[in-house]
Amino acid sequence: MYAFTFHRPQTLRQAASLLAKHEEAKLLAGGHTLLPTMKLRLAGPPQLVDLSLIDGIAGVAQSGRSLTIGAMTRHNDVSTSPVVQQAIPALAGLAGMIGDPAVRHMGTIGGSIANNDPNADYPAACLGLGATIITNKRRIKADDFFTGMFSTALEPAEIITKVSFPIPKKAAYQKFRNQASRFALVGVFVSKRGSEIRVAVTGAGANGVFRVPSFEEALKKRFAPKSLEGMTIPADGMNSDIHGSAEYRAHLVGVLARRAVAEAIGK
Amino acid sequence: MSITGIGAAVRRKEDHRFITGTGHYTADINRPGQAFGYFIRSPHAHAAIKSIDAKMAAGMPGVLAVLTGAQLAADKIGNLICGWMVHSDDGSPMKMAPHPALANGKACHVGDPVAVVIAETLAQARDAAEKVQVEYGVLPAIADPAAAQKQGAPQIHEVAPHNTIYKWHLGDANAVEAAFKSAKHVTKLDLVNNRLVPNAIEPRAAIGEYDAGAGTFTLWNTTQNPHVARLVIAAFVGMAPEHKLRVIAPDVGGGFGSKIFIYPEEVVALWASKRVGRPVKWVAERSEAFLADAHGRDHVTHAEMAFDAEGKVLALRAKTIANLGAYMSTFSSSVPTYLYATLLSGQYQIPQIYCEVDAVYTNTVPVDAYRGAGRPEATFVVERLMEVGAREMGQDPVDLRQRNFIKSFPHQTPVIMNYDSGDYGASLKKALEIADYKGFAKRKRESERNGKLRGIGFSNYIEACGIAPSQAVGSLGCGVGLWESAEVRVNPTGSVEVLTGCHAHGQGHETTFAQVVSDRLGIPIENVSVVHGDTDKVQFGMGTYGSRSGAVGMSALAKALDKVEAKAKKVAAHLLEAAEGDIEFKDGKFNVAGTDKSAAWGDVALNAYIAHKFSGQELEPGLKEGAFYDPKNFTFPAGCHICEVEVDPDTGNSEIVAWTAVDDFGVVVNPMIVEGQVHGGIAQGVGQALCEGAVYDKDGQLLTGSLMDYCMPRADHLPPMKVDTTVTRCPSNPLGVKGCGEAGAIAAPAAVINAVTDAIGTEQLAMPATPAAVWAALQRAPKAPRAA
Repeated sequence: MYAFTFHRPQTLRQAASLLAKHEEAKLLAGGHTLLPTMKLRLAGPPQLVDLSLIDGIAGVAQSGRSLTIGAMTRHNDVSTSPVVQQAIPALAGLAGMIGDPAVRHMGTIGGSIANNDPNADYPAACLGLGATIITNKRRIKADDFFTGMFSTALEPAEIITKVSFPIPKKAAYQKFRNQASRFALVGVFVSKRGSEIRVAVTGAGANGVFRVPSFEEALKKRFAPKSLEGMTIPADGMNSDIHGSAEYRAHLVGVLARRAVAEAIGK
Repeated sequence: MSITGIGAAVRRKEDHRFITGTGHYTADINRPGQAFGYFIRSPHAHAAIKSIDAKMAAGMPGVLAVLTGAQLAADKIGNLICGWMVHSDDGSPMKMAPHPALANGKACHVGDPVAVVIAETLAQARDAAEKVQVEYGVLPAIADPAAAQKQGAPQIHEVAPHNTIYKWHLGDANAVEAAFKSAKHVTKLDLVNNRLVPNAIEPRAAIGEYDAGAGTFTLWNTTQNPHVARLVIAAFVGMAPEHKLRVIAPDVGGGFGSKIFIYPEEVVALWASKRVGRPVKWVAERSEAFLADAHGRDHVTHAEMAFDAEGKVLALRAKTIANLGAYMSTFSSSVPTYLYATLLSGQYQIPQIYCEVDAVYTNTVPVDAYRGAGRPEATFVVERLMEVGAREMGQDPVDLRQRNFIKSFPHQTPVIMNYDSGDYGASLKKALEIADYKGFAKRKRESERNGKLRGIGFSNYIEACGIAPSQAVGSLGCGVGLWESAEVRVNPTGSVEVLTGCHAHGQGHETTFAQVVSDRLGIPIENVSVVHGDTDKVQFGMGTYGSRSGAVGMSALAKALDKVEAKAKKVAAHLLEAAEGDIEFKDGKFNVAGTDKSAAWGDVALNAYIAHKFSGQELEPGLKEGAFYDPKNFTFPAGCHICEVEVDPDTGNSEIVAWTAVDDFGVVVNPMIVEGQVHGGIAQGVGQALCEGAVYDKDGQLLTGSLMDYCMPRADHLPPMKVDTTVTRCPSNPLGVKGCGEAGAIAAPAAVINAVTDAIGTEQLAMPATPAAVWAALQRAPKAPRAA
């Protein structure tokens, strides 16, 4: 690790001004991507801005038909929250599948979606539930937030404060793990809220998380695995590496989508 | 048997310190004035080192020295060597290329150390290393062993045209050819035994310290064989005369073979300590270990088995290309030859066997022994051929094996080995019962109803352990003898210290060696301590690998205990005022035959030292005996492993749903430790079969360079295992033990792949059988896998 200056602001305003002042500064939320990268000397931000002392950006709250999760909420707190388990059990389940216990006790939802790792789980939940990402500056729809692998709509000095999830009628997440890293080789999140159907895929796409309109259309007719029978997506645009070919990933999208729908309807 | 003697499942004495963080590993040791070394490693698979500019680095804070291969050569530090000579078919010796501890002129694999920075702190060494400017001239590289000998392949070492180290064979090609001509059925397979990265939980580490006053070196090192390290570093590397070099292998956290070898870093730590006049410490990082620890396996094989009309095996032949990496590691030459081809008879009566092996250089990390070392590769060949042969001929794989089992012993195979004992039918029979083989068809139908493909696979492995009779291995090219030594020091109070030349790095010797003493002397294991891993304490020994500690090390201990008992009887005779011939020793007591006169073990020990009851001219005081034991033969553990899998055809995921292991390890000293060894071995074998595999790209970059991409088996890859034993005593050693350390890793890969291929109905499946690989195989396979 290279030497860096460690800032621990007490307010969002202080954090934002540190980011504005130091162009190369990095935010430290859970640190589960940033710190290993720094330890390997692959990153060496001269300034690190820790968000853990800022009040009011962690915790879970339900109001009406939406669930709001503070950006600094740890994965473990999401997965074990009775409120989340009651409102969106698929989201609690997803949080409980991230990494291992050590990761889940440090990693945060804000850190995960700001990083937008193409194999991370939370981006699938945000896109698959039609979440709204709330920052210190504005509200951004999930559909507009994830702009490509490791890239988001966040501007410099913009800090995620919370994520608001509309509560779906039905939802489920199916994750097929990369055996080595335990990240999602392919993960599919499906949800149904009124007439809105969403199918979001992480892990598979060369450009990060994406929705599958053809699956969504098919599920609008009937929200059942049978509606997706025999359906797949083109291998073009899928990741291909030593862990799986583009064809395999494309195939898994269909398999996991059917399984997710089955789980969502309780079959 | 005493309650802590041979056969007792006593808890391991050493575990308390291991699991409470009070062990002493090399990284835990810090020497006064210690400095730190950080290696600069080649980022290229094959490159000329045009220049190394260390001026800027040398001026950085805390830097004591930046050392290169040129300085190493100038100081006349010798090359690392491979200690087992293998000759080619034409009689020429293997082509051993120079292997300097720091690359000099040329780097031959990614991770090849080209320079080292010594600094006050590790961080300073690392900072300075980034400022060392190495100018490389990148050369074309070759990573694929199957392509290494081809015309036009990049040449790595001048001494080895076509990157060929040796072309070796074993057996009679003409006799085998004749047998194949008369065959009713021939099974042919192309097999790849995938390259593995060992990943012991403790990374390698070394501390070199030079005492300028005494002119002596000390090396603390993560090694499985400290005396062999001292011998090589003294006699070949030429660091110091043997009596001026002390090697200490303290607690070592796993080896699996990868810590047998003499590595560049330990040589450099010693040399640098003299150069800078300070102890120098190096501890590998995990990502460094991927590039610097010898890898395992990496065979490409074409194998054929010939059967007659009754399904009797007539002959086996195999052609293997073995990848030895960029340099010949310490025992690399022996692994794909004498530890591989000699086991190709498996558990079967095979009249003729012929095996050709080409060993090749590639621009990859050196390859050497890894848990099983040659024997997993041999078992994979034999047991895949047997299983596929049965399928092709429409026979039950169990019947086919039974028909071909060797049933009388000793049995001379056509490939050197003389099996001394065994009962292969017994372990198979027991395993079939435990695995409920009869119920398999029903279970397969149940799986089908759930949309899953179920398969069953067998592996009736054999291994040659208890390595090894010195004369025999000497005649095959081994540069050392493979006997073992033991010394038993009885203290005046009756407690005992055992000094062994074996070395424990997870095996539990402090417990099992103490059990052998307890069994013999009738004292509790708490009164026995086992000393190993220090060349200043133990006179000499060959270390631990090849499941040799029980069969060879404990035999030496048993021999030393014979001498202790004989001497103690003399002392007891004086103490009890009886004739020596009338003294009986049993359960820790010396009795005068036919009387009630007796002396306890402690009394005799004390009297041996106070020497009041006998004259020193008549009997030497003291009670300390040593022995060297050279085995008469290898030992031949064998057994039957049965793996049952369920494959999800939609994802290709293979779940192992049942595992049965029935092993014959001869006499078992501690059944709990043996069961643990079997579990660990199976885990590693399952890892090889389902998830592990080092992948190089065509430029020689290691794509699986961290645990993010290299998949080690986890608990959820493994089912509950049903482990049992059958026992035939080993006739050639005093305790009747055979060895158990490698069995699981040897047996498991074939069992898993036989099961998965049974499930999916195609043999075209390479290891590791990842979900992606199995799915791809299913896409290629003819539809509708066979019903049970």
